[in-house]
Formats: sequence, C-alpha cells, structure tokens
Amino acid sequence: MSEALVSVKNVVKTFPVNKGLFAKKKFVHAVNDVSFEIMPGETFSLVGESGCGKSTTGRLIDHLLTPDAGEIWFEGKEISRISQNEMRPLRSDIQMIFQDPYGSLNPRMKVQDLIGEPLLIHTNMSGGERLKKVHGLLEVVGLSPAHGERYPHEFSGGQRQRIGIARALTVNPKLIIADEPVSALDVSIQAQVLNLLQKLQKDYDLTYLFISHDLSVVEMISDRIAVMYLGTIVETAPKRELYSNPRHPYTRALLSAVPVPDPGRKKKRIILEGDLPSTTNLPDGCLFHTRCPYCTDKCRKERPMARTIGEGHIVKCHYNNKM
Amino acid sequence: MSEKLLEVKNLRTEFKRDKSWVTAVNHVSFSINRGEILGLVGESGCGKSVTSLSIMRLLATRNSKISEGEVLINSRDLLQINKKAMCKVRGREIAMIFQEPMNSLNPCMRIGRQLTEAILLHNEISKEAAASRAYDVLKAVGIPEPNMTLKSYPHQLSGGMCQRVMIAMAMSCEPELLIADEPTTALDVTIQAQILELMEEIREKRNTGILLITHDLGVVAEMCSRVVVMYAGRIVEEKPVKELFECPQHPYTQGLIESVPKLGSNMTSLPSIPGSVPDLAVMPKGCKFAPRCKFAMEICREQEPSLEATDETGTRRCRCHLLHTDRQEVTSV
Ligand SMILES: Nc1ncnc2c1ncn2[C@@H]1O[C@H](COP(=O)(O)OP(=O)(O)OP(=O)(O)O)[C@@H](O)[C@H]1O
Ligand SMILES: Nc1ncnc2c1ncn2[C@@H]1O[C@H](COP(=O)(O)OP(=O)(O)O)[C@@H](O)[C@H]1O
Ligand code: SF4
Ligand code: SF4
Ligand SMILES: [Mg+2]
Ligand SMILES: [Mg+2]
Repeated sequence: MSEALVSVKNVVKTFPVNKGLFAKKKFVHAVNDVSFEIMPGETFSLVGESGCGKSTTGRLIDHLLTPDAGEIWFEGKEISRISQNEMRPLRSDIQMIFQDPYGSLNPRMKVQDLIGEPLLIHTNMSGGERLKKVHGLLEVVGLSPAHGERYPHEFSGGQRQRIGIARALTVNPKLIIADEPVSALDVSIQAQVLNLLQKLQKDYDLTYLFISHDLSVVEMISDRIAVMYLGTIVETAPKRELYSNPRHPYTRALLSAVPVPDPGRKKKRIILEGDLPSTTNLPDGCLFHTRCPYCTDKCRKERPMARTIGEGHIVKCHYNNKM
Repeated sequence: MSEKLLEVKNLRTEFKRDKSWVTAVNHVSFSINRGEILGLVGESGCGKSVTSLSIMRLLATRNSKISEGEVLINSRDLLQINKKAMCKVRGREIAMIFQEPMNSLNPCMRIGRQLTEAILLHNEISKEAAASRAYDVLKAVGIPEPNMTLKSYPHQLSGGMCQRVMIAMAMSCEPELLIADEPTTALDVTIQAQILELMEEIREKRNTGILLITHDLGVVAEMCSRVVVMYAGRIVEEKPVKELFECPQHPYTQGLIESVPKLGSNMTSLPSIPGSVPDLAVMPKGCKFAPRCKFAMEICREQEPSLEATDETGTRRCRCHLLHTDRQEVTSV
C-alpha cells in the first residue's frame, strides 16, 4: 500500500472569543481531535453541517492556521509548525478552491492575470510563456482564450468557479482543497463543475480534499467520506459503505434528512430534536448526545472512542447500531 | 376542495436598467387552491422572487413596474387597490417568509415586541391578548421555551429558530396564503427537515395555501402537489408533481431533473445543462432556452413557442415547439 499524501493526527484548534474585558475567557472549539489520512489520487470528503469545523480543518492543512495540538503530515513531512520559509517550496503543491466564486476573485483584475498570478509568484516564466499557459488552462476548464481579457463580474457563477479551478491548476498542485466549491451554484451548473473536477483529477493525477455540507453532492465524487459533528469526525467509511451501512446515529439522520427528488418515494425522515449545541460550550460525554435518539446514561458521561468496525470503517459511538 | 385562492393572470414586471426597461417576469399566469402547496422552481435569476414580490407589491416603485396583469385573491385584484388596503392584505390574507430569516427581523427589538406589534397591526385586540397570542404561536411552531424566546433578540437565536419565529409571525394572523421564498435554503439539512415538517403541519391544520419557491427539487418532490417551472421570466411547464418527475415534457425541466444528484445511485458522472441563464437585457430571439437546448430546431431560434395547455382542464401546460414537431417540418421545407 502506498503512503498517505496527507495525514492529520489528533488535531485540535480553538479560537478565543472576546466577551468583554472582565468576562472569563471563552474558546470556540472548532476542531476537536480530528484524525484522517488522504491517499494519493483519491477524493476524501468532509461532510457536516455549518460550523462543524470543515473549513477550519481545510485551512489547517493549507497552513493558513496553526493547530493547538496534533500533527499534520504532507508527503512524509510534518508541516503544521514549520515557518513560512520552509513552507514555500510546498506552497504550490497545495491549492484551494472556495465556495464563493464572487468573493474569492479580485474584481479589478482581468481573468488572465488572475489565473497567471500564481505563475508569477511561484515560477520565473516570461510573460509570453505565462499567457500561453493561461490560454491552455482556460481551454482545459471549458472557457476560451478570449475570456481571459474580461473581468470576473462579466461571468456567471459556474464560469467564475471554472476560473477559480484554472487558477488552482496553474502551479501543478498535488492536493486541491475544495471548500464547498459547488454550494453556491444551481444544480444544473453544479453538475458541470463536478464533472469538470472529476475529469481533471484523472488528467492531472490530483488528490482532492472535498468539503461539503451536502451528502448527495459528495457521493459521486468521493472515494472515502468523513462525517463531522461539532468539530469531531463521527464516522469515516469508503463511499459505498457509508451510504449502504451508515452506523453513526448522526450519519443516519443526515442521510435521512436529504430530500429525495422522487415524489413516489415518501420516505421516513429522522427528525433530530433541537439545535446544534454551541461550540464554546461543548456537551460532556458524546458530543452528539443532546440530539441523539439513542442516548443513554453512559453517553452523557463518557466520550466514545473511535472504533474500527470494518474495512476502513471507523465510528465514534458507544454502540453498534446495527440496522 | 379545489377552491381557487390566488389567481395570477398575465403578470408582467419590468426593471429599469440604465435607461431602458427590461422584463423580469413575462406574462406569468398560475393559481393556487386552498390547502395546496404549489412549487415554483427554476435556476437563479429566472424570476421566482420577482413574481412573489410582485404579488405582495413589495418591489420599489423607483426602478420597477408591474406593467400588466392581475393578482386576484378572494376575487379582488391586488394590483388595483390602494396602499392602505394592500397593507391590510399583507399579514391577514397573504404572509411571506424569506430566505434569510435573520435579515427579516429587526435586530434591535426583542422577538416578543416584534411579534405582538405584528399581531396588533392586524387585529383589534388588547395588548395582553396580543402577547398571549404571541406565546401561543411560538408554541405552535415548536419553540421549546416561548417565554425565553420572547425575551431574546434575533442575534441570540440560531438560523433555524429565527425561521421558526418568522413562520410564527407569518402565521400569527392566520393568513389564507403563505408565500415562502427559499425558506430553508440557508439552513442545515437537519434543521430544514424540521421546518418542512412544520409547514406541512400548518397546511394540513389550517388549510393554508402555500406558494413554495425553491431551487431544490428534492424539497419540491417531498412537499408540493403541483409545480410551475420558470425559465427566463416565463413559465415553461406546469404539472402535478408526480408527473413532472416521471415524465417531464420541457427540455429544461428534463435537464433540471437529470442534474440532481440522487443519493445512493452510484453515478460516476452527472448530466448537466450546458451554458447559463441569459441576461435580461440580451434575450435570445426565439425560444429563450434554445441556446442551451439539445433539441433546438430552426424554428426555435426564430419564433418563441407559446405556453399551451396539454390537457382539457389546463392544469398541465408546456412551452415548447416539440409539442408540434410537424410545425418544424413545415417551416424547414
Ligand atoms: N430590484 C431589482 N432591480 C433590477 N433587476 C432585478 C431586481 N430584482 C431582480 N432583478 C432581476 O430580475 C431577474 C429575476 O430575479 P429573481 O430575483 O426573481 O430571480 P430568482 O428566480 O428568485 O433567483 P434566485 O433563485 O437566485 O433567488 C434577474 O435577472 C434579476 O437580476
Ligand atoms: N477565525 C475564527 N475566529 C473565531 N472562530 C472561528 C474562526 N474560524 C472558524 N471559527 C468557528 O469555528 C467553528 C468551525 O468553523 P468552520 O470550520 O468554518 O465550520 P464549517 O466550515 O464546517 O462550516 C465555528 O463555530 C466557527 O464560528
Ligand atoms: S455514543 Fe450515545 S449519544 Fe453518542 S451517538 Fe452513540 S448512542 Fe448516540
Ligand atoms: S422550443 Fe425548441 S429550443 Fe425551446 S425548449 Fe423546445 S425544443 Fe428546445
Ligand atoms: Mg465552511
Ligand atoms: Mg430568489
């Protein structure tokens, strides 16, 4: 078996919150003891509701944040605490694509300059070489070289996401962290972008960390999926296993809450009671116990450990929950 | 029980862009019965929100105008009544909830005061009676501790709680029609499931008619009995929900339905619709969908198809030249 491209080990990240000068200092527990590995060439997805720590995990791997505890390995090297200088040679290996195609592109730059910018920073190509590469990339993502002369506001959401993808591809990255790349798009356009990402993965040997709140979107593109809740991964499994044999009560609720586009099939929804607990004041015991339909006394007191229950199938729950 | 509650006829809404007027909603007609949920779907920018804001007359008159049409509720045309009468209609006969619950509440006023004021506006009852009604409606939408929520400011509530409060406010005067514009789009799926269940309960208990605007076809399939599909400001298809998913007739509807990822389907690629929605100012000449349509024929680029009834009752409609493929043969000789 090959070595992992990325390996995240027991990572913790908190953010201080200011609640007035004299108040007791509080922390947002954004990521609590998260561990996973991403193999070269695979698509590993992080799924969960807003605020569960997906983006923070992505930003930790991209070296935009430093973990409070734990390790992050990239190609056999611990990178979480290395300096910007030491990080520089790796910078082009890891690229990000964001949710908001509107906010993430500088509105005053021409598209060809936006896409060529990473080349200017990371390589010493001449202007002519850069433009040639940019034109090639525009075609790769389904736009035309003429589009390079235009500005981001002249493009639709789906086209802007293509521009973001072209920009990420310029420096031949190994890992692309895609943070909700299709969440702001219409389904019809979502499909265009997902298909493109999939094609590029084959053509360029890319590894993806795909972040999404939508279990129906990640299914097509993922090899393995991790479900997050309140900053922790509650279940990890190969794609098929996760959809056919979900074992964590939260995964099951999440799956059953996705509306099915088939009016003939009236399915039974598991309606979770209540709201997400606040991340500044985490529940004791199992983090999911305040909303779990199977909660017991033990769950309220003891935090469950991650248990491997099958080939690559890891669950954080005291019970087996066989269907 | 197919009593018509709302009837929109030939609605046309225009916006001022630079110095000319562009049409965002073009001759839209549909109706909603009591106790029925009608879905209004289409990609972003197709005119769904403009349609609902036109019904409520909530568009700024500075740069927009409703240039044609009728909006009939209880056999009164809302486009003909004065502002004061319209204020009475909002809340009592029609209420609306929006996508961003947080933005629709006043951030500096406690929930309790906002709710009682809304109730007092439409009912001649005492303050005490209004306050107790506020408690009741919060309870009715499943808020666990109404008293605490009444004392809260909007920012102290989660998105799901805010949306419940909005629904409570909308329902507080027992409107006959509820317009919900993407009511769950900003919410997480587990919270969305709670809100959808609440809307279904309201419909069942009070026989409220609901216009549900959404881009999520999964939500449509679970909630609606009939669906109207819009593209480029026009209705392109209307059908009972089951038929819409089983045999979509319009190529746009077909494309939309195919592009929805289906849970557990083991697909490796998704069908998509190429291109994107045309700009209002530069609409193609014939069928507005022709540049993206894989069945586009010569006639499609020349002549806009009309919206035709495909059954005797007129509850099934479609706007596509394919309904008369022979017409194409005639023009191409
Ligand atoms: N206040 C306004 N001024 C000018 N144009 C507007 C205004 N509001 C909407 N439009 C235009 O009218 C068209 C229809 O917009 P509308 O908001 O109804 O779309 P929608 O179907 O609700 O889309 P979404 O799914 O994004 O909510 C769009 O082209 C939009 O740009
Ligand atoms: N820079 C920050 N400062 C303070 N809190 C933050 C910051 N970034 C994220 N958080 C908090 O950390 C938690 C996880 O956030 P995030 O990773 O963005 O969630 P997700 O991407 O899953 O929606 C949230 O409670 C969020 O408010
Ligand atoms: S440990 Fe208990 S509370 Fe947590 S998910 Fe399992 S059954 Fe539910
Ligand atoms: S009229 Fe022509 S272009 Fe328009 S949807 Fe029908 S077949 Fe396609
Ligand atoms: Mg995020
Ligand atoms: Mg809208």
